Amino acid sequence: MKESRTLPTDYVSSPERTSSGRTLRTDEMILNMGPQHPSTHGVLRLELVVDGEIVVDVIPHIGYLHRCFEKHAEHMTNYQQVIPYADRMDYLSSMCNDWAYALAVEKLLKIEIPERVQYIRLIMAELQRIASHLIAVGTYAIDMGAFTPFLWCFRDRERILDLFEMTCGARLLYNYIWVGGVSHDLPPRFVEKTKDFCRDFRKTLKEVHDVLSYNEIFIKRTANVGVLPKDVAINYACSGPMLRGSGVDWDLRRDDPYGIYDRFEWAVQIGKGEAGTVGDCWDRYMVRMREMEESTKLIEQAVASIPEGNVQSAIPKRIRPEAGEVYVRSESPRGELGFYIVSDGTASPYRVKARAPAFVNLSVLSEISRGAMVADLVAIVGSVDIVLGEVDR
Amino acid sequence: MTAQEIYDNLKAKFGDAVGEAKLDALQPWIAISETRTREICQFLRDEPTFAFDYLSCLSGMDYPDGKLGVVYHLFSMTHRHKIVLRTMCTREHPHIQSVSAVWGTANWHEREAYDMFGIVFDEHPDLRRILCGDDYPGYPLRKDFKVPEFYNGMKVPY
Amino acid sequence: MGILNYKFESGNILITSLDGLLNWARLSSLWQMQFGLACCAIEMMAASASNFDIMRFGVIPRATPRQCDVMIVSGTVTLKMATRIKRLFDQMPEPRYVISMGSCSNCGGPYWEHGYHVLKGVDRVIPVDVYVPGCPPRPEALLEGIIKLQEKVRKESLAKKTVPTA
Repeated sequence: MKESRTLPTDYVSSPERTSSGRTLRTDEMILNMGPQHPSTHGVLRLELVVDGEIVVDVIPHIGYLHRCFEKHAEHMTNYQQVIPYADRMDYLSSMCNDWAYALAVEKLLKIEIPERVQYIRLIMAELQRIASHLIAVGTYAIDMGAFTPFLWCFRDRERILDLFEMTCGARLLYNYIWVGGVSHDLPPRFVEKTKDFCRDFRKTLKEVHDVLSYNEIFIKRTANVGVLPKDVAINYACSGPMLRGSGVDWDLRRDDPYGIYDRFEWAVQIGKGEAGTVGDCWDRYMVRMREMEESTKLIEQAVASIPEGNVQSAIPKRIRPEAGEVYVRSESPRGELGFYIVSDGTASPYRVKARAPAFVNLSVLSEISRGAMVADLVAIVGSVDIVLGEVDR
Repeated sequence: MTAQEIYDNLKAKFGDAVGEAKLDALQPWIAISETRTREICQFLRDEPTFAFDYLSCLSGMDYPDGKLGVVYHLFSMTHRHKIVLRTMCTREHPHIQSVSAVWGTANWHEREAYDMFGIVFDEHPDLRRILCGDDYPGYPLRKDFKVPEFYNGMKVPY
Repeated sequence: MGILNYKFESGNILITSLDGLLNWARLSSLWQMQFGLACCAIEMMAASASNFDIMRFGVIPRATPRQCDVMIVSGTVTLKMATRIKRLFDQMPEPRYVISMGSCSNCGGPYWEHGYHVLKGVDRVIPVDVYVPGCPPRPEALLEGIIKLQEKVRKESLAKKTVPTA
């Protein structure tokens, strides 16, 4: 296939774009990274303009996993059928995708959700957040040359997947949270097993902290690398750990509340620049680690007080919202996941747009990686925590 | 600030460039002119009483009446208020002014809208297709899109 | 043969056919191309992590196609990616094998009808040896796919082996 791309002609003439600070023009080389590359976390292709070891410019090329989510959503015969496709968008946090979509449709329909369902959804979303962050941390460790944390993270992630599997039968793509309810009630012994998991998981977190977070080599590779300033983060509409890593105290679970997050004790974690500058790769990594701790707290509180009830009583027989449109956002592990749904009064949506956090977070990549070394670029891409299924949808 | 106040302010400042509005909707929206989007958005971002510094979402649309359009979901981190803007353009002349100079995040969103709907964003620094290949025929999310039989020698339909 | 010198004096001789020896060597170390596409790639990663440990079958992930024996196409193949997959396949040395993992790469999966940018089955661009069904297949299913591929390799013959062409 022909790649037509003309480089910006001004990238050496403007001194702020060559952060190497050289006035003598040395030859730039164009280097292709991906789509098959072990540390691009999927089928991301980066076109690098390098001056020796220094990255002058990064041009991400995406779309290698464009699976036409929005087209499918328009062509389904009812609203409920979109949920399996929402599952497959961000395949590391299917529960959160389902919930985000269900929230949007429920807002269009103006229906009330039973208490027990709210609790189940919160538990599932937070378990999913831990599972997703475990992959982010584990694969990030591999990028930085540490293999052991990867194995530990996957070991504990399997226990979360076991919990999901005993609830709805699937390991990865659940189709569990439906509009108005959930597909199955919690199975027997779910609560005890979840408590056991939370107890054991704290130990894993401490182990990962010991072996990775405060490891001298890891800090050297990540601190002061890929610094994302606050104002750039907001201008590029970054969200999730990416935004919080830059020191912005912002979490949709608290600031644009949905579900029942306001009933529990937990805190929003932000990057403080403990290892280097605020907004560097280490901060983003650390925000994820601390969020797992907070999610564990949330799960423990929720399973302790979960009420009885019917989980399917509010599921509408027929979903036919009146004409109108709604944009509803929620906090997925990667940030602000929004669904913009336009209804024309028929049984299937007229238009569904998914505002994918990974897509938006990735767009800031070239801003934060100019002037970095090529090896640091791997650290930066890993710290953004992209899921290509969601970037490309 | 309520949607009514935002609308009144915009109307006073920009006059005809601000069109109809639906302020009692679930999420109130204001229609603006497709040739002055950058100016209006710049005003909304920089004016301290609005301070819409966060562009949540930018979506292309293909409306039932055959017009194309773009919907902007704006949010302010300082005031925590929201507003929805809409612009429209015709199918024959699908041009809308780019807002990527106002919000960096608009760059990729606009490329996506160009890719999916064929809406050309004037003054965009780098308007290329983003998800489909450069030589992909047609704009897939338009309602009259037909799936090509072959692409690069590969059969596309099942 | 330095280390084997004087080790077989008491008549320890293995007799096998050349086919048998080659096939045994091939099937015991099927190096896999480290290359994930979509959701199934996560299950592939899970298969190579702690609980499932794909390496006990001799499957080791390699970062370059030049060192690989088997390509596991794990996930949805889009039109944009299909040309790259063909190129990567061409870069693998023979004998080479392909496992198609998951419904998407088998036949388009849930995207078969409206997927204007999805290739409906990777076998439209490269030849496939083993299809693993599921959306996504469990890691155990992928391991089963590896075992099936090993059975296939075991039955090969130098004289009869035909080079797969696209």
